[in-house]
Amino acid sequence: MICAVAQPGHGDLAPGGDDMTDQATPIALEDTKPARRAGRPSRHLTGWLLASPLVVVLAVFLVLPIAMIVMVSFWGATEWSIYPAFQFDNYAFLFGSDVTYRVFFNTVKYALITWAFTLLIGFTVAYFLAFHVRSLGWQVGLFLVCTIPFWTSNIIRMISWIPFLGREGLANSALLSWGVIDKPLEWLLFSDFSVILAFVHLYTLFMVVPIFNTMMRIDRSLLEAANDAGATGRQTLWHVIVPLTKPGIMIGTIFVVTLVMGDFITVRFMSGSQKANVGRLISNDISLLQYPSASATAVVLLITVLIVISVLLRFVDIRKEL
Amino acid sequence: MTTISKVRYSRRSLLKTGGAALAASALPAPMVWGQETKDITLRQFGTGVSNLNEVAQKVKEDLGFTLEMTALDSDSVTQRAATQPDSFDIADIEYWICKKVWPTGNLQAMDVSKIRRYDQIVGIFKDGKLTPESEIAQGTAPHTVGFIPEPGATSFADEQTNWMTLIPTIYNADTLGIRPDLIGRPINNWSELLNPEFAGKASILDISSIGIMDMAMVCESMGEIQYGDKGNMTREEIDATFAIFTEAKRAGQFRAFWKTFDESVNLMASGEVVIQSMWSPAITAVKSRGIPCVYQPLEEGYRSWGGGIGLSKSLSGMELDAAYEYINWYLDGWVGGFLMRQGYYSAVPETSKDYMTENEWGYWFEGKEATGEITNPFGDVLAQAGEVRDGGSFEERMGSVACWNAVMDENQYMVRKWNEFIAA
Repeated sequence: MICAVAQPGHGDLAPGGDDMTDQATPIALEDTKPARRAGRPSRHLTGWLLASPLVVVLAVFLVLPIAMIVMVSFWGATEWSIYPAFQFDNYAFLFGSDVTYRVFFNTVKYALITWAFTLLIGFTVAYFLAFHVRSLGWQVGLFLVCTIPFWTSNIIRMISWIPFLGREGLANSALLSWGVIDKPLEWLLFSDFSVILAFVHLYTLFMVVPIFNTMMRIDRSLLEAANDAGATGRQTLWHVIVPLTKPGIMIGTIFVVTLVMGDFITVRFMSGSQKANVGRLISNDISLLQYPSASATAVVLLITVLIVISVLLRFVDIRKEL
Repeated sequence: MTTISKVRYSRRSLLKTGGAALAASALPAPMVWGQETKDITLRQFGTGVSNLNEVAQKVKEDLGFTLEMTALDSDSVTQRAATQPDSFDIADIEYWICKKVWPTGNLQAMDVSKIRRYDQIVGIFKDGKLTPESEIAQGTAPHTVGFIPEPGATSFADEQTNWMTLIPTIYNADTLGIRPDLIGRPINNWSELLNPEFAGKASILDISSIGIMDMAMVCESMGEIQYGDKGNMTREEIDATFAIFTEAKRAGQFRAFWKTFDESVNLMASGEVVIQSMWSPAITAVKSRGIPCVYQPLEEGYRSWGGGIGLSKSLSGMELDAAYEYINWYLDGWVGGFLMRQGYYSAVPETSKDYMTENEWGYWFEGKEATGEITNPFGDVLAQAGEVRDGGSFEERMGSVACWNAVMDENQYMVRKWNEFIAA
């Protein structure tokens, strides 16, 4: 799945686009015959017809659900039911509670720290794959090795940390037997540390893939030119490779940030339910049938994430760079 | 929903008319509705404790129809019962959930006169008293939500009527679970949960309606708060309770909170936690791994819970008859024996006796020393000869219930406070 996004994706996009126009042309021609005589609306009609499948899909599966969430966020709730209303109670409670601010701060903290680590690791791995491994076969092979952990489910990869990090887990018993520590480290499990460790483990590949992909498309002669012009390895990295890799970094960043900000299950398991992020607030509300309150939180989270992404897109024009 | 043909017979009309039915009436009740029985499917959902596939298999054997089981956690059960009445035929829910769900009108009351063993059902579920002298515990005691004045009513009746909301199936008295090997001294009070001695090694369950009761037991035991009714706290009492626990949480008292049965077992078995709120079968699950674990009876008494099965309002005709047949079968003892051999109690204990050995009955119900190995229905050995059940006999355990799992009038406020506690 991930591989498909990575490499063949770009190859596929162009012919895909061609196919669509090829198929659409005959329809358009039939339609336009009478229309041509009448005048100009034909091109509009063609445009609408071409766009309509996507419009319908997006309207039904994206716009409508979000509109519902926004609507319900103004509703009221009793213990067992929700009733239509237009009231700001849910938002008032949300913004009136200092827990909300703490939880949003926590969510952003998780996102930032996870982003920093995944970027560092992801960039390093991608750099190694793209510039140090010479043969294409090895590159693809090693890249596939990176995806092996993805053959098991997210939850399993996450939960398998628990026995490893526990008080009597592998990590602690190894450290004890080496004499590094004399009593088990409590903070290894059910702490911010374990939450972020799990996030980094789960999402680093989402950073590796887009960065590797953009790196592979860097024209090697640019590197030679930099070398010929006397740039050191570090200068080449900073002034040539990093700027050219920006779109990949940005895409990876969007993946990681949105995944971490929307997550709730990792935080629940890895913190032993002791820490909260926004996702957990929402899931707690839902499990207690407080849909309006959950919707209000979701709307605020959505707006926060959209702001983060729009800020990110200020840095790089992804559409131009792709 | 099911594959029953369009023509529907009521049981009575079938008896009046059909010749085959005449013959059938001489046979045991489950045979009455003849061939189509095998096509009936009843969809039951509920918490994991009693949603067991063994029960579904036995139903198929004894009654002929199919029972589809779905196990969910308490919150999901509430959600589904309250919002998706057409997604189930039989709801296996707890009494406090019933208090929450009944007003939605998604369940229909049961006609007591169709329940053959109604008279034998334990008093707790009828007038609230185990014995005539018993005091009624705080919280959502089952009898307070067990009856409604008339069919269709969305409020509860104060006394026994002919219309029952849930048929009690399973109940127990909960307390704290401890690891005696890691604690090394007697534990006698709920207050020990917040004892700094166990800092970083305590846990509480993250299901607000149950967790708050455990918290209340602890705060009361510490002498910090005197509750009017633990099952129906005022805002001040809720605030005070959470203040104590938030302080403890920030001081690192808790290792984790748990939400599912398995989590509680793993926390205890791995030694991450030495004292925590726990459910009876979780204790046996820890024990069956060879790890010592005690369901510690405490001076302040137990926090009790009870579950029962309710009927969806959309049940009618043959399915409704089948559901009544299922309920009657449930109280006949096989299920009771099956559940009691795991440490729960059944609504009509004496019928379960026929499905248990004398040793099992003595150990589980009468609190006697086991005379031989005690195994659960799945073959795991839970106790050796000479051992006694934690807490003793049925009367001792169910007789010292301090409060029942509950939903309070200030539930929404409490839930928000709970969310804050988790995020604190």
